[in-house]
Amino acid sequence: MIFRAIILALICLPITAYSSNVQVHQRVFANGLKVLVKEDHRSPVVVSQIWYKVGSSYEPGGITGISHMLEHMMFKGTEKYPAGEFSRIIAENGGNENAFTGRDYTAYFQTMEKSRLEVSFKLEADRMRGLHLNAAELKKELEVVTEERRMRTDDKPRSKMHEYFMAMAFSNSPYKNPVIGWPSDIANYQLDDLQAWYQLWYAPNNATLVVVGDINADEVFALAEKYFAEIKTSEIKPIKPQAEILQQGIRKTTVKLPAKLPYLIMGYKVPVLNSIENKADAYALEVLAGILDGGSSARLASRLVRGKQIAVSAGAGYNMMSRLPDLFMLDATPAEGKTVFDMEYALKEQVYQLKSELVSADELQRVKAQVLASAVYERDSNFYQAMQLGMLETVGIGWEKVDEYVEKVNQITAQQVRDVARKYLLEDQLNIAYLDPQPIRQQKQTGKVAGGRHAH
Amino acid sequence: MRISFISFILILLSQSVYSAAKIEHWQTDQGSSVFFVETKGLPMVDIRVVFDAGSARDQYQQGIASLTSALLDTGAGELSADDIAQRFESVGARFGSGVSKDMAWLSLRSLTDEKLLDKALQTMQAILTKPAFNAADFQREKNRALAGLKHREESPGALASIEFYKVLFKDHPYAHPASGVIETVSGFAVDDLRAFYKQYYVASNARVVIVGELTKQQAIKIANSLLKDLKLGEKPATLPEVKIAKQGISKHIEFPSAQTHVLSGLVGMHRKDKDYLNLYVGNHILGGSGLVSQLFAEVREKRGLAYSAYSYFSPLFRKGSFTMGLQTRNDQTTQAVEVMQNTLKDFVKTGPTEQAVIAAKKNITGGFAMRFDTNSKLISYVSMIGFYQLPLDYLDTFQKRVGAVTAASIKDAFARRVKPELINTITVGGTK
Repeated sequence: MIFRAIILALICLPITAYSSNVQVHQRVFANGLKVLVKEDHRSPVVVSQIWYKVGSSYEPGGITGISHMLEHMMFKGTEKYPAGEFSRIIAENGGNENAFTGRDYTAYFQTMEKSRLEVSFKLEADRMRGLHLNAAELKKELEVVTEERRMRTDDKPRSKMHEYFMAMAFSNSPYKNPVIGWPSDIANYQLDDLQAWYQLWYAPNNATLVVVGDINADEVFALAEKYFAEIKTSEIKPIKPQAEILQQGIRKTTVKLPAKLPYLIMGYKVPVLNSIENKADAYALEVLAGILDGGSSARLASRLVRGKQIAVSAGAGYNMMSRLPDLFMLDATPAEGKTVFDMEYALKEQVYQLKSELVSADELQRVKAQVLASAVYERDSNFYQAMQLGMLETVGIGWEKVDEYVEKVNQITAQQVRDVARKYLLEDQLNIAYLDPQPIRQQKQTGKVAGGRHAH
Repeated sequence: MRISFISFILILLSQSVYSAAKIEHWQTDQGSSVFFVETKGLPMVDIRVVFDAGSARDQYQQGIASLTSALLDTGAGELSADDIAQRFESVGARFGSGVSKDMAWLSLRSLTDEKLLDKALQTMQAILTKPAFNAADFQREKNRALAGLKHREESPGALASIEFYKVLFKDHPYAHPASGVIETVSGFAVDDLRAFYKQYYVASNARVVIVGELTKQQAIKIANSLLKDLKLGEKPATLPEVKIAKQGISKHIEFPSAQTHVLSGLVGMHRKDKDYLNLYVGNHILGGSGLVSQLFAEVREKRGLAYSAYSYFSPLFRKGSFTMGLQTRNDQTTQAVEVMQNTLKDFVKTGPTEQAVIAAKKNITGGFAMRFDTNSKLISYVSMIGFYQLPLDYLDTFQKRVGAVTAASIKDAFARRVKPELINTITVGGTK
């Protein structure tokens, strides 16, 4: 009885709260630029993000990572504003700024006091077409990106293992490549490669401008029109699908690296919202991930870390918002005396149970309660709200789906969770990587020769 | 010239002064301080209970504050770890606990609907006042902590940081990592944690911080009921002052990585330091302003030597660290360290230009509203103000106080406080 009341309270309250203030205003300019504005008047600030439909999954062989390299070069000056000016002006106006590149997007952002939005538009519009790429800056920035790769990947055993894992799991999907690019590709970018990549993708008809904050939507549209509406379009050719071939059996790899702890990654090839026939299946997979790893009460923490105490940590994750079919991921670090093979067995056992038994009503309620509450918590951050809109739009799902998320998750039943487990978490679609730790000291001598250096 | 600059700043300031959050302050029935900010627009609340029980209270049992904190939600009264997790997650609440050098905290984020919030609060209250410290949970969490410490040894950056604090703080309680070291943690018994909890998790040593869409009346009730079963106890003794060495040292640790991690610095300032703003604004110019700082320009923009290059002060109850950091390909470490040191030396010797100070002040004051534009950021600020007993109008007066900083006052503060000969440098990476 009480339990039921809580469910009702949960279902009613946050949705009301959520939808009461959720309106997104959209305008599409004649040059194809889509502008999304969400007013949030809690604080006198604004975030402006521009999202380009380009990322590592758009890159052909030989120039992997070029989207990320171009993201760095976007701070290196235009005809109007020489290198360093962009950042100097934003800083002088009290702003924070940066950029990020993913598999399916490249985005640039500024957070400002609300009256300074125009500064951000002015500069961002200028570098959409006016970037001045030069060889000397590229040479230096290549070094920076190579250092970034060393820091993020080469010197982190688990990151490096993840790179090998993705390269094995995908045969021909561009998701096999790391966002930052392969070392030999990074070392060989030419100015022409960057120029061509910039010309190809940086245009209003390949971009979404997202503004969230203490602003008025009409004023933002007027301001955006002033700076962006006249920018010339590009001919954007549809990207080749590069559909992954069907995997015909389990794939495994062992990665030997200097490390202290063994580690296991598993990934089942699964469809995503973009590619799935029955859209509800994607939401059911999302709920399934929550049953396994939605908090400390979820199965992996309560059963493997606490119950059996065979793992020091274990996780599961599914990204329904990828542009292309992706992996349903599981990972675990064995407890002392346990092995990666024990982890593999235990995770597979959890998958088996999801296929054979219905999840309990309590478990399902907890996943949904957390999704509902998160929808409120997320609104604490303008940045996060803008991220959601920008990402959904850029990967081709459409920003409108942001409103459906809570409701769609809420509709998922225990039967649907069991069905998607049976349908998609298939042994033949499974990929596994084992991290086999090598002594850190012993590696020292041989490591010098291999060195992790790249030719420049 | 001067005059026009000054009037420009005044205009800038007068345009961008916001009344920051209104912090209300009172005591619980037992006398613990409560700090409350009412926010509107979202039906949610963040609550933190903060104790002077960070790793600086570890004494010789390095890591005990951290493990005590980790055990809190693994059992309380009749509730098991599973019960606790289920109670929070069934109402969409998020519970957390953690420690820094000075503080230990329990945090809760919840919706404000009464039924949901009540269940979350009851659970938090049990954790706070009746933690079970069961032997089985202790053994498991200790093993997990030890695995974490082992994992840390894979990271040259983590090793550099451990060594850096050791060199700076020597035998001061700030010297060791908050999560401890394998040698100490492996020796803990469950009674050690019970004793630590009993001494430090007491009402006399607690502050409550609440930020969210609640009335003051609700906040008063919540703070009282959360802490009512906590023993009064005693405030812990004041931490000793940090001694500053007469000479800086350099130290290298060999590690088979592609990059060398460099940390360089000295003992800096404390939270209520008289030089706080001069050092803060000065550091903003030197290495604290991300893409436009001097270190970033010299190390990355001009020479491509590193992906990140930065500096910061960590003001604590006692003097914390001043740190400069970068990571670079092993064979160019000497060059990168030299660039970093020279940038600092030049800065200390000549001080910042008037122009740089104006730019920094514009950035700091112009972006002031972004420092607390979310409940998450706000509760961090209010916790800091509450814990270190800063004035309640700290945020309101911040812009004005930044405005008073000059190039000369920065130069003076750096010359006294950041002496290049006292700089310590730790490198972790591979050499030929």
